[in-house]
Amino acid sequence: MQPFIYARPATLAEAVAILQEHGPDARVLAGGTDLIIRLRDRSVRPTVVVDVKRIAELDPAIVEVDGHLRIGATTVMTDIVADERARRHFPALVEAAAVVGSVQIRNRATLAGNLCNASPAADTAPALLVYGADVLAAGPSGTRRIPLTEFFVRSGQTTLARGELVTAIELPLPDRPTGSAHVRRTRRRGHDLASVTLAVAIDDTGRTRLAYGSVGPRPVLVVDDSGVLANRQAADADRTAVLERLLVDASPSPRSMRAGPEYRLAMLRVLAVRAVRTALDRLAGEPES
Amino acid sequence: MTTVPIELTVNGRSRRLDVAPNVTLLDVLRDDLGLTGTKECCLVGECGACTVSLDGRIVDSCLVLAVEADGAAVTTIEGLAVDGRMSPLQAAFLDEGAVQCGYCIPGQLMAAHDLLERVPHPTVEQVQEGLAGNLCRCGCYGQITEAVLATAEGHDR
Repeated sequence: MQPFIYARPATLAEAVAILQEHGPDARVLAGGTDLIIRLRDRSVRPTVVVDVKRIAELDPAIVEVDGHLRIGATTVMTDIVADERARRHFPALVEAAAVVGSVQIRNRATLAGNLCNASPAADTAPALLVYGADVLAAGPSGTRRIPLTEFFVRSGQTTLARGELVTAIELPLPDRPTGSAHVRRTRRRGHDLASVTLAVAIDDTGRTRLAYGSVGPRPVLVVDDSGVLANRQAADADRTAVLERLLVDASPSPRSMRAGPEYRLAMLRVLAVRAVRTALDRLAGEPES
Repeated sequence: MTTVPIELTVNGRSRRLDVAPNVTLLDVLRDDLGLTGTKECCLVGECGACTVSLDGRIVDSCLVLAVEADGAAVTTIEGLAVDGRMSPLQAAFLDEGAVQCGYCIPGQLMAAHDLLERVPHPTVEQVQEGLAGNLCRCGCYGQITEAVLATAEGHDR
């Protein structure tokens, strides 16, 4: 691993100042499950590594604030999976957090880190997108709220500006009965990156929010307001037509090793249908079909 | 390179060290503290050979900088034995023939120990999920699973 300076700021202001000073030569270290691999293979070569885990303002506790569930920037996947409010209101997020890596990885990997890496295959991104999550960021000119739909640019790049770091992710608590689910396709069970990762949330008005990742440069959110997808009585041809319209932006890379584009596009449709079915079962409070 | 002073507890014993920022907890355990039971293998967090417990949670020590462990309590495979005798889990691995080449076993034991602390009576699926981060190139998964289940049953006796 190449040499670097290790900074362990105690306050947010201190962290922002370091990130502002060093810009692209600084890297934020939270769980380290991606960064340390990249430091070792030298695909990133920062002069400063900024460990954010001891910043006083970044409490890893999950709290309810103003109708939102706030997940701190240092909260790890294991704690999200165990959180009762997350399990009750955001089951797709819990399902996604539960399949990130292994126990060892989930004990270390943070939700904020999963987003900031901006991997198209980030499992938690589709779930957060269907729940309308925002990213809270602190920077040299104060704090701001970034809708997750405006956070990802492409693989490895976000809309965070120089000197900014994520302080929390907030999910609005649902104001209507909602059924939701996360599903994904991997090469093998256990510990693998997703070839397709997808989440669906359907509310009692029939509004369907669907988000998918690993089939393009960034995760995509699409919405069906027609109610057709959520209507079990609708003709198959009609539901297929709506789904095709929603999935039109999927453009998997032909260069990825995990799966070919044809397979990903075929599985995207299969997973979307399954996730819609599970979300509808959960909305109706029925055993899952 | 400038070193950073750290203090951590390893297997109950307090340790003070000066470490370079770019060395991992795995490096320090093996090279500075001589605790070579923890193995280096894939170095990308996939194989689990370097699994240790950090403040009560298992982690891949190849993905933790030594400086991040400042102030932490670490348990390695050397800390699993009770009063110099193998733990029931370690004995079960031998009884079930779960150890072939042995390289992955310290990590398997740390992960299995952690699983049984959280889930004293796991199902086969829970064992497989709990050990999904630990690869065995000898393919002893069946025997390893049996050893974990046997240990869980033994808790009742």
